Amino acid sequence: MDSSSLSSAAGLGTVDPQLQHFIEVETQKQRFQQLVHQMTELCWEKCMDKPGPKLDSRAEACFVNCVERFIDTSQFILNRLEQTQKSKPVFSESLSD
Amino acid sequence: MEGGFGSDSGGSGGGKLDPGLIMEQVKVQIAVANAQELLQRMTDKCFRKCIGKPGGSLDNSEQKCIAMCMDRYMDAWNTVSRAYNSRLQRERANM
Repeated sequence: MDSSSLSSAAGLGTVDPQLQHFIEVETQKQRFQQLVHQMTELCWEKCMDKPGPKLDSRAEACFVNCVERFIDTSQFILNRLEQTQKSKPVFSESLSD
Repeated sequence: MEGGFGSDSGGSGGGKLDPGLIMEQVKVQIAVANAQELLQRMTDKCFRKCIGKPGGSLDNSEQKCIAMCMDRYMDAWNTVSRAYNSRLQRERANM
């Protein structure tokens, strides 16, 4: 359901296309920001011992690896879920249960 | 500046919403929310790293630790942001 049909359903008529585009762009930006917040928090636990006068190269490499592995994990989970869903559905596909 | 989305800018009568004004206000609110999020997580992490058994006040070493921790957290945040951005670009290039 895209934003224009959403607003029509809510009885708002059609949204100004400029605003609609703005909403889409800002939503994307926020998704990115949220993930950066989340990964920084997670990776801090894994990569930071004692805060020093600067971020040493080992810690920096750890953060980079951490981000990559987090994304890999996310993709792995989605892929595997898709596969196992085909043989043994975990989530019901119908909305009416 | 009122917290609303311009419906109150009522001095101009007619009550027509200016999309440009709305977008600017939303951008500011988003920026504020992100700053708050960052501060909240930074405070949590640095409290954990720097404060052992809580005393009657923050001593000098604790304050120094917190100051360094803040800077390192920002460094970490920036590193993560760059790494994530690179990964996204790589994914898009591979599509």
